[in-house]
Amino acid sequence: MAGVRALGALSRITSRRYTLTTGSPFRTFSVAPAMLAGTHVNYEVKGDVAVVRINDPNSKVNTLSIQMQKELTDVMNEVWSNNAVQSAVLISTKPGCFIAGADINMIEGCKTAEEVTQLSQEGQNIFEKIEKSPKPIVAAINGSCLGAGLEFVIACQYRIATKSKKTVLGTPEVMLGLLPGAGGTQRLPKMVGLPSAFDMMLTGRNIRADKAKKMGLVHQLVDTLGPGLKSPEERTIEYLEEIAIECARGIVNKKIPLSKEKGMMQKLQDYIMSFEMVRNQIYKTVHGKVMKQSKGLYPAPLKIIECVKAGIEQGPIPGYLAESQNFGQLAKTTESHALIGLYHGQVTCKKNRFGAPQKEVKTLAILGAGLMGAGIAQVTVDKGVHTILKDTTVSGLARGEQQVFKGFNDKTKKRNITSFERDSILSNLTGQLDYSGFEKADMVIEAVFEDINIKHKVLKEIEAVIPPHCIFASNTSALPIKEIAAASKRPDKVIGMHYFSPVDKMQLLEIITTEQTSKDTTASAVAVGLKQGKVIIVVGDGPGFYTTRCLAPMLAEAVRVLQEGVDPKKLDALTTGFGFPVGAATLADEVGLDVAAHVAEDLGKAFGSRFGGGNVEVLKTMVDMGFKGRKSGKGCYVYQPGLKVRDVNPDIEEILEKYKMTPNPAVSSDSDVQYRLVSRFVNEAVLCLQEGILSSPVEGDIGAVFGLGFPPCLGGPFRFVDAFGADKLVEKMRRYEEVYGNQFTPCQLLLDHANDSSKKFHK
Amino acid sequence: MASMLLNSLRNCPVCPAWAVQSAARSLSTTVQLQAQVQTKSKKTLARPNVKNIVLVEGVRTPFLLSGTTYSDLMPHDLARAALQGLLHRTAIPKDVVDYIIYGTVIQEVKTSNVAREAALGAGFSDKIPSHTVTMACISSNQAMTSAVGLIAAGQCDAVVAGGVEFMSDVPIRHSRKMRKTMLSLNKAKTLGQRLSLLGSIRLAHLSPELPAVAEFSTSETMGHSADRLAAAFGVSRVEQDEFALRSHSLAKKAQDAGLLQDVISFKVPGRDIVSQDNGIRPSSMEQMAKLKPAFIKPHGTVTAANSSFLTDGASAVLIMSEEKALAMGYKPKAYLRDFVYVSQDPKDQLLLGPTYGTPKVLERAGLTMSDIDVFEFHEAFAGQIMANLKAMDSDWFAQTYMGRKSKVGTPPMDKFNLWGGSLSLGHPFGATGCRLVTTVAHRLQKEGGQYGLVAACAAGGQGHAMVIEAYPK
Repeated sequence: MAGVRALGALSRITSRRYTLTTGSPFRTFSVAPAMLAGTHVNYEVKGDVAVVRINDPNSKVNTLSIQMQKELTDVMNEVWSNNAVQSAVLISTKPGCFIAGADINMIEGCKTAEEVTQLSQEGQNIFEKIEKSPKPIVAAINGSCLGAGLEFVIACQYRIATKSKKTVLGTPEVMLGLLPGAGGTQRLPKMVGLPSAFDMMLTGRNIRADKAKKMGLVHQLVDTLGPGLKSPEERTIEYLEEIAIECARGIVNKKIPLSKEKGMMQKLQDYIMSFEMVRNQIYKTVHGKVMKQSKGLYPAPLKIIECVKAGIEQGPIPGYLAESQNFGQLAKTTESHALIGLYHGQVTCKKNRFGAPQKEVKTLAILGAGLMGAGIAQVTVDKGVHTILKDTTVSGLARGEQQVFKGFNDKTKKRNITSFERDSILSNLTGQLDYSGFEKADMVIEAVFEDINIKHKVLKEIEAVIPPHCIFASNTSALPIKEIAAASKRPDKVIGMHYFSPVDKMQLLEIITTEQTSKDTTASAVAVGLKQGKVIIVVGDGPGFYTTRCLAPMLAEAVRVLQEGVDPKKLDALTTGFGFPVGAATLADEVGLDVAAHVAEDLGKAFGSRFGGGNVEVLKTMVDMGFKGRKSGKGCYVYQPGLKVRDVNPDIEEILEKYKMTPNPAVSSDSDVQYRLVSRFVNEAVLCLQEGILSSPVEGDIGAVFGLGFPPCLGGPFRFVDAFGADKLVEKMRRYEEVYGNQFTPCQLLLDHANDSSKKFHK
Repeated sequence: MASMLLNSLRNCPVCPAWAVQSAARSLSTTVQLQAQVQTKSKKTLARPNVKNIVLVEGVRTPFLLSGTTYSDLMPHDLARAALQGLLHRTAIPKDVVDYIIYGTVIQEVKTSNVAREAALGAGFSDKIPSHTVTMACISSNQAMTSAVGLIAAGQCDAVVAGGVEFMSDVPIRHSRKMRKTMLSLNKAKTLGQRLSLLGSIRLAHLSPELPAVAEFSTSETMGHSADRLAAAFGVSRVEQDEFALRSHSLAKKAQDAGLLQDVISFKVPGRDIVSQDNGIRPSSMEQMAKLKPAFIKPHGTVTAANSSFLTDGASAVLIMSEEKALAMGYKPKAYLRDFVYVSQDPKDQLLLGPTYGTPKVLERAGLTMSDIDVFEFHEAFAGQIMANLKAMDSDWFAQTYMGRKSKVGTPPMDKFNLWGGSLSLGHPFGATGCRLVTTVAHRLQKEGGQYGLVAACAAGGQGHAMVIEAYPK
């Protein structure tokens, strides 16, 4: 789960939209202009306060690149040597971003672990100088302050942050398989206490300004401003600067104390923490939690614990040393490469490579207010798109509307949005039973039952009412789009948009184009998906497209494993042990056994014996007995509301007994079972690339990880092949092929890679 | 200090397009009316086929800090006092009035139609219908313009409009859970049901619910928003304190000179006769500088001294068609001319009503800033006034947020709120609008100007502006 959580959080740090300010014609400086003007950092002296401003002109975000670090060091040296300066303010002039972290390319550019360690030590040295600065430095934070950015500000003497929604603080390094390598593991525990520091560093989650103030991470908050004589963003930064300057003066004049009087609770906590036994217990608990969640597949969290422990128990010198060395080692692990690869892939998949659509979708109609339909509505209404949710029954519609309401009401309860914002968001939603208003729809997404006849009927009804430019998208998980489009009068406007359940949580959107789908239709679908906050892969048409097609053979294998007498719990343990966030048996329950049976049968017909393995009858019998998975309360497991612990469904033993197969001991070790499951998944993925369903390995990796939960630590099927070795994988598959036949026959592209070790999917 | 403000704010360019428009305007007005208007050779705003509506009289109770002499009254008592004062001043027969409208913000639940309760108590005929309107700080403006509407539509000839606010006592409710229990208790039939309901009451249910001083949509208090607005327009603490001091000094001067003729004496039951506002307290810049920010701490600029205070008070005006007023032998004080209501973003532009309303109403009336002789703007906060003045003086703001070609310009300070304002006289939310209009009428008479402009902001991001024309002497 840690992996999935990590990735969920990862999405939040990526790909924000920033608008660069258009100069500031109104700004009048009372004092001489910048005394030292670099391209990234400059500073200006206002009275006795040096205002250090950072802004990377070449990027949407500020990162602590080599250039930035160099200029910062130069400027700070100048500040320290300037006798007229008593204090300094550090501020970013880039709206929405303070410092988003270290430059990943800088770390990737290093050849050896030693080089990375060197980088870490340089960072540690700079921040040590900041921490020991004789002139107080006030960090004025507006926008994302992450990773090395956060490490920077916690070395400063005072921190002020704006209450902007964009102002978030955090240490997301763990999500890239790294650790805060510039003093973070050493300073953070001292600042916010051991439990909070572990929470921040191990989850990598973003902390909003108000929470940061409560935690003691920042000293003071500043409101964001509305329009005045300048744009709100520009004036807010200016206002923040004004207050920070006042603050810096206050610190020098001793009007603002740097050390806060500790509260009773704080004193108590410090006292408790002074016992080594208590601390050891914390290390042990945290370690246990990490092992439970990550199955030991992710080295970074363990190293973070190690560094914190070294700093607290042995002192700063061993602490900082441990931090820099571990940072170097982590940067060269395959896990970190995989996670960084996913990060880059995600950035790629958040762009519209088809260009801007001719017409923006302003009204979206959704057919079917079921789980998927309502989920799609939920991610659409809050983007200012008028959303029509249509169902055929009042009860179905009511359920769907309630689902959307609940989604936003939960956000209100968590105080992410106000009740007023919730209400005004929901005003974009129209629930109805008829086709009124469809004449204004720019796009229709159907999420009706997966039956080609129903889809055709719906398509014809829709085409009778929608305007000519309107796009028809089908949210199908397996039916080929060209078969659906066969009933259309305008197949160029038909496209597949495959969402994943639950829609508001799953980041992936798989868009399926047929040969007839026009480029503008694709561009429009991608634009809608991006607006909905999705990571998007665009794949070719075919049974099961990409994601369902990869999953089907793995589930078929899972059924066979069950038939061979492996307990569902054991199957889950094997898959999660490999790094899947959700075990195979649980996944089948989540997807719905009826859906799984349906898909297995369909794809089995389309692809023949390659998709065999487990007997489809097993699934069918289960469905017949009413075991449809979580939604029906029983599947592989028994689900009871309110209970987290669940037991294996005792009734399925009988079924499995009936279809029992004898395992072949040669290919039935735990490890073999794992590789049987994974190799079928991977082989199918590579085949999709070979057949042109996938346009690139990057999309294949992103689709598998974000849509199907392929182990994030492996970075996706293609990166897995690169790292594991195609030859080794082929060798294993040949062994299984001998026992089970063509289901394990490696595809040509995989063989090519196995024969030539220089061939890699990712350069 | 006032002159300091003047220096910085005086440049007020005239938009030529409007000047032309105003010259071309009202050429078709009746000769008779034009002949009456002589002041400064400006044209009257009378229009053919539109009734002339006049302000006959305007009065108000003294505005008192809440929790002082009025503290034991109820809102309708204050409104009644204002109505009786109006009856007394005008000597209008009690059955001539066609309709009564009152504005109020925080409603006393017992007298939710406070207009009716006050009218009955003041001795008006029980045949006169009355209703109560609410529109935050421009509630009595709404009462007056509703009256204008009724007269213009030919429904009425004489309407009393007014406003009342009573902050010494506000409805404080039980918590929602407690209310629910109490309501269920009404329906409980058996002793067992009652006991189990009583048993479900927890200590937390007893915590009361205060009327929110915050914007419902944003949960932000008005003072907080004013502080952010001041910061957005770069209004300094000193500027705000100076403006507040100006307001108090001018109010004091006006009070001493007896210019505040709209104030009536009020014998408070069980207390003395009150005949003066009690919130006017000119201080010094040094004293004001000592105060800590009231809303945004520690770096905010809005303090108790540069904000309007919680006030009790009521006002009332008599509005009539010109024909009726003349027929009854009244000498009207002023014409009520064009008015507009505006609204904008309740979060970041909560208090910018005057900025949006002013150019719009001037355009409607075919006037420019320089045509106006008397300005009466509602002073919610000194920072709010200064922010509005800066916004009105900014081409960038006009173009970016108001969709206008250029700025409207700022009112000259020597015509602006010369008899004090809400900061010093007090601000009973529902009653301020009538005070503004009556003050404009009185100032036009006193100073000899022809046009006056009223502008005010209100919660919800709304605003109002009205052009008032002096009645020819």
